[in-house]
Amino acid sequence: MTTLMLAVALFLLANLVLALIVAARGPTPADRMLMALLIGTTGTGILVLLAQTMHLPALVDVALVLALLAAIGGIAFARRAWQVVEGKHD
Amino acid sequence: MIEWLSMALLLVGAFFFFAGTVGLLRFPDVYSRLHALAKADNLGLGCVLFGLALQAESLAAALKLLLIWPLVMAASASIGFAIARRAHRLGIAPWRKGGQ
Repeated sequence: MTTLMLAVALFLLANLVLALIVAARGPTPADRMLMALLIGTTGTGILVLLAQTMHLPALVDVALVLALLAAIGGIAFARRAWQVVEGKHD
Repeated sequence: MIEWLSMALLLVGAFFFFAGTVGLLRFPDVYSRLHALAKADNLGLGCVLFGLALQAESLAAALKLLLIWPLVMAASASIGFAIARRAHRLGIAPWRKGGQ
């Protein structure tokens, strides 16, 4: 069971590496922000899995904080930071 | 029995995270990418959290794990709305089949 959980955590980490491509090529700033939000969610999943396998319950609190920060970051981006469209959207 | 259920939920969650990542890579515009991100947020994380809560040591630990899920769902719903509205205001046209 522990092996499976660690394998799933590693798989999620590989997903994040894949998602970095989106950040590199995304035509609008929103695409890059979506990647940051995905990192927040996937990071939450990885932390929760690690909390269970490593018997560190404090990591669940870290996961909660990460989820909350991703939410605040997304709202701040949409309301304040994203003012002009850089580059053409195809 | 609970072991198998938890294992299956973890695998389903991993699948939805993968689907969200692939959608973020392949979908053509911001609006459809928001849709892909919501899959990873709601279903992927939800299934992983349910799978882990099934094998938590105490009820309190399981409830704490399950508490993350409504938070992430509410956050992803409001973020999706805010970003889509902003993109619409900035004049980004939704993607149409066969080009503009």
